[in-house]
Amino acid sequence: MSTDAQPSASPAIRPPAVVGNDGARSADEMAQSPAKVAAKGLDFFYGESQALFNISLDVPENCVTAFIGPSGCGKSTFLRCMNRMNDMIETARLNGEVLLDGHSIYGPKVDVVELRKRVGMVFQKSNPFPKSILENVAYGPRVAGERNKAKLYEIAERCLTYAALWDEVKDRLNDSALALSGGQQQRLCIARALATDPQVLLMDEPASALDPASTTRIEDLIGELKDRYTIVIVTHNMQQAARVSDQTAFFYQGRLIEAGATRELFTNPKEKQTEEYITGRFG
Amino acid sequence: MSTAAGKADNPLERGALAEDAYMRRRKRISSLFAWLCFAATASCLVVLVTLLGAIFYQGLPWLSTTLLTNNASESPEDAGIKAALVGSLWLIALTGLMAVPIGVGAAVYLEEYAPSTWWRKVIQLNISNLAGVPSIVYGILGLGLFVRTMGLGKSVLAGALTLTLVVLPIVILATQEALRAVPGTIRQASFALGATRWQTIWRQVLPAATPGIMTGVILAISRALGEAAPLVAVGAAIDMTFLPMSLGDDYSGLPLLIFYWAGHANPQFHQLAGAAIVVLLLVLILMNSGAVLLRYRYGKNIKW
Repeated sequence: MSTDAQPSASPAIRPPAVVGNDGARSADEMAQSPAKVAAKGLDFFYGESQALFNISLDVPENCVTAFIGPSGCGKSTFLRCMNRMNDMIETARLNGEVLLDGHSIYGPKVDVVELRKRVGMVFQKSNPFPKSILENVAYGPRVAGERNKAKLYEIAERCLTYAALWDEVKDRLNDSALALSGGQQQRLCIARALATDPQVLLMDEPASALDPASTTRIEDLIGELKDRYTIVIVTHNMQQAARVSDQTAFFYQGRLIEAGATRELFTNPKEKQTEEYITGRFG
Repeated sequence: MSTAAGKADNPLERGALAEDAYMRRRKRISSLFAWLCFAATASCLVVLVTLLGAIFYQGLPWLSTTLLTNNASESPEDAGIKAALVGSLWLIALTGLMAVPIGVGAAVYLEEYAPSTWWRKVIQLNISNLAGVPSIVYGILGLGLFVRTMGLGKSVLAGALTLTLVVLPIVILATQEALRAVPGTIRQASFALGATRWQTIWRQVLPAATPGIMTGVILAISRALGEAAPLVAVGAAIDMTFLPMSLGDDYSGLPLLIFYWAGHANPQFHQLAGAAIVVLLLVLILMNSGAVLLRYRYGKNIKW
């Protein structure tokens, strides 16, 4: 990129700096991690309209992978292919493969209940159950057959602590989860997702409805959780991707345009479309 | 409101500015419409209050313990509603026991399991239509199916089965409505945590839909309590002198007795009919307030 040829760059078209993400793993480090989730030549259709075209991507273990791209680019659809949430859409179908630890998750004998225990999900809009805080966190283990109250309480305490919510709610675990603030509700949803002891955590724009302080808390949390979990996050916010992720994948019109280590993608994008998007020229 | 500091001629105050004709017309239409809507509400209330007033005026002098403890009789002084009241309680209890599980089950199937094929649409359309079928038609069906073909005779079970047919569409439609009102995000959250479809329905969807389902059940039971036509068709008795003690016994129902008394040659029975209606209304109000209370208790924690 020649800086001389361009008119003096206004702040608007400078890519977001990868700051405050000192823990970001480099391309070499990620190359060492085995692929936890891998898509191979994935096509996805809603009825007749194709939403994803031939996507192949490795999600390295214990890393944060961010999906960015303009609205409707397919990033959320791709995320939902990873725990088969798209199964609930009647007209949905796909070609290609998604592998978890090298095993197909779309094979004919795959049990989606087992899959979703391993691949947890946090949604864009916080969606706590209309039950107590404790019941929300205990739900995953409970449906998996855990009946021991002490055990469930212990899981709840651990997961709420991971999600940085324990201190705020420990005295009112039996209050309705709907009485919590938006940011607290979203952290509760993260705690709830952690309670099934997943290996992968999918987050679909988890902070898009939150105020800046809550967003910061969620982002800090993601940084802390990645040593323990493999995290995939969809975000509209490029600064957020730059702040939290190790790997970034840029989607446009159902295609994966470019994926790579976050530092490199944001400082030295290979594709013109990526550069235009991260500098804010479209999208 | 003008304060001491405020200027006297506030242009926002009414009458401060000359209104043009169009502005006046808009305001007239606006208030006219408010009055029309009020009149519609008032006319309903007037009819209801008149009706209740007439019934209470007729019936109140006849409301006594004799009415509740005696059975039907040809002398107005001795006549009571005991057997009919107990018969009605039998009927609504049995109808509720059958209609609620079947109706909720059917609604859960249609909303949560059935793929949206043309077949499902046909079933849906039929259920909506069945809700509007006159109850006497169900009575004729009950007579043919339960009383004769199944050989249940003029038993309280045959009556309750017939009433179940009458109220099933109401329960199904109300339950479907309640299930649809549960946000999809709740189902997704449950599935994403590794719950099966059944666990999702049983632990999340049904509890969240319970207040709405209760509304349907209230409507259905109230309807069952008030129906006379199907009971006439399946041959419920009027002049019962003993109480139904088992599913196979003969029975009567309050609406039947009211219908019979209201058309009786002796005008004293017309007043007895009024008293019986008062009892019927009391039973209805009692049941409904119980259900409203339950509904409130289930619903107060649920705000999406």
